[in-house]
Amino acid sequence: MTEVLSAERSQAVDAMLPRSFRVERTRRDTRDTFTLELAPVGGDPLRFAAGQFTMLLAAGVGEVPISISGDPSGGGLLEHTIRNVGSVTRALVATPRGGVLGVRGPFGTGWEVERGEGGDVVLVAGGIGLAPLRPALLQVVRNRERYNRVLLLYGARTPEDILFAPDLERWERDHDVEVAVTVDNGPHDWRGRVGLVTRLVPRAGFDPSRTTAYVCGPEVMMRSTALALRDRGVRADRIRLSMERNMKCGVGLCGHCQLRELFLCVDGPVLGFDRLEPLMSRWEL
Amino acid sequence: MTGAHTLALDDLQELIDILSSRGYSVLGPTVVDGAIDIRPLTSVSQLPHGWGDEQDGAHYRLRRRGDDAVFGFACGAQSAKPVFFPADELLWRSRSGPDGPQIDRPDDDRPDDDRYGPPYAVLGLRSCDLAAIRIHDRVLTGRAVADAHYATRRTDSVIIAVTCTDPAGTCFCVSMDTGPVPSEGFDIALTELYADGPHRFVARPGSPRGAELLERLAARDATDEDLAHAASVGEQAAQRMGRRLDDTNLKNILYDNAESAVWDDVADRCLSCGNCTLVCPTCFCTSITDVSDLAGATSERHRVWDSCFSADYSYIHGGAVRESTRSRYRQWMTHKLAAWKDQFGTSGCVGCGRCITWCPAAIDITAEAGELRRVAEHREERRARQP
Repeated sequence: MTEVLSAERSQAVDAMLPRSFRVERTRRDTRDTFTLELAPVGGDPLRFAAGQFTMLLAAGVGEVPISISGDPSGGGLLEHTIRNVGSVTRALVATPRGGVLGVRGPFGTGWEVERGEGGDVVLVAGGIGLAPLRPALLQVVRNRERYNRVLLLYGARTPEDILFAPDLERWERDHDVEVAVTVDNGPHDWRGRVGLVTRLVPRAGFDPSRTTAYVCGPEVMMRSTALALRDRGVRADRIRLSMERNMKCGVGLCGHCQLRELFLCVDGPVLGFDRLEPLMSRWEL
Repeated sequence: MTGAHTLALDDLQELIDILSSRGYSVLGPTVVDGAIDIRPLTSVSQLPHGWGDEQDGAHYRLRRRGDDAVFGFACGAQSAKPVFFPADELLWRSRSGPDGPQIDRPDDDRPDDDRYGPPYAVLGLRSCDLAAIRIHDRVLTGRAVADAHYATRRTDSVIIAVTCTDPAGTCFCVSMDTGPVPSEGFDIALTELYADGPHRFVARPGSPRGAELLERLAARDATDEDLAHAASVGEQAAQRMGRRLDDTNLKNILYDNAESAVWDDVADRCLSCGNCTLVCPTCFCTSITDVSDLAGATSERHRVWDSCFSADYSYIHGGAVRESTRSRYRQWMTHKLAAWKDQFGTSGCVGCGRCITWCPAAIDITAEAGELRRVAEHREERRARQP
């Protein structure tokens, strides 16, 4: 009993203790979104699965859950793409090169991109939702031969808000990824699509009977997208969404991220639409 | 019953002394500010001699019993939750150093206010509160990652339980199958006898440690009469539950009626104050608070109790997920009585009734669950009658 508890104890204490990571580079992606590249201060790089998140700590300011946006194959710097919208995210993106941040995790379920092998893969992103999907795309293009058609449907607010533009080009040019971008609002010289990303689903060129879909964005966008995908004939359990809720601990203890019977930090954030649909159709659940 | 003894009040004092001499912080019920609460205990004279309680929706009063019972009340203002799972827990401290913040684990230096620290021996816990501890053991130590501080406090704790002899109007442990007689999760279980014969306690061991403690007391073996008397006290208490909660099919009723008008009705009365979650012996939600000095050179991270009734609880960028009181009450009750079963295999309610007593608006979880059931079943019947 004592031994079991002490093993649990060290695990739990570690889960609540941040590791120090140094800011190596800060890349400005758009007017309000930045990617931090972090290296551990001592110790091994963080191993993670595409779709997992960490709790990022700006010492003395606070801690927020942020999805990892880098390559899950390991070895490189730890990347997080952060929209500067609150006090903690402001402190995070303002941390100078060489500054130290706290990292807990990785936590939660991943996209499980392997599920899509042998078939078509459709990734649908809304806004900053492209950041958690980036590790999935990097994993897919690294193993491109295992997948049939690969589509990325991406909706941004304006052309200025398009994230990872160099990646989008590279994926399309070098890795046979069919990228379709749409914006809510385009200036007069915008020649691309305007409208909701959901609208791209009905005519996109994938075979619903062998498609696995990965969706990330605002909850209402994910629900409409999942319904559109299901209307096309994609099985609900092959439509995977990444849910967002308030998170404080990351290990299922604090209770904040509950969605009825789910603890989204451990049961999620990535879950199948078969599981989520009844929970997403109720306001304020 | 093997190993049952009959103790006098003096034997209880000796038990407290033995536990103290073994390094336990002994805690038990005492009268504090007009209510019964758990406090450090060195003498049986600190127990609530002759005090009973009167509880109803938004109502708690101590009353003079007219006898010498020391455990003659139903349940105190708090369960053992604050003992094992304090409202404020220091997780770590950090100092700024050359490589960023240096983090110190708190194990090395215990905070000053924790002098009365573990291991704990808690005297006088009710069966409902034992059920709550079993639930917390499952929630906080039985999953992938445990609450380390809780696990430490629980590991070496001694629990001396008491049969509830005088349940209150808000009690419904019988319908939750958690009482009033302690069945498991204790080292010693006492039943206080005061109605006939001398004031005495029938004590049965629930663990080898409990049996050893009872042997040390050199008290006499319980007579068959005492055992029979103790059993009847428990049976009589079971007949006097003030309330009842029908748990049958309750999970599906709650899941299927998330849009019921009953929630609007509760929301008209609920103040969203969070009292129910603070006194609930199983509510375990917490938040993280970072406290730093003005220069930002040192900071502390605390784990503090939180409540699903607060606006911040569900806040994500853009606003709270649960803006309305309706949705917050629905979350609390649906989690407690339904989702808990999916998450942990039991109801999250042990029938102690504290949420009813301490709700300033006298909202009654048994009545609201009953109303939800009534409305749902009425609708089902109407639907069945339609051609």
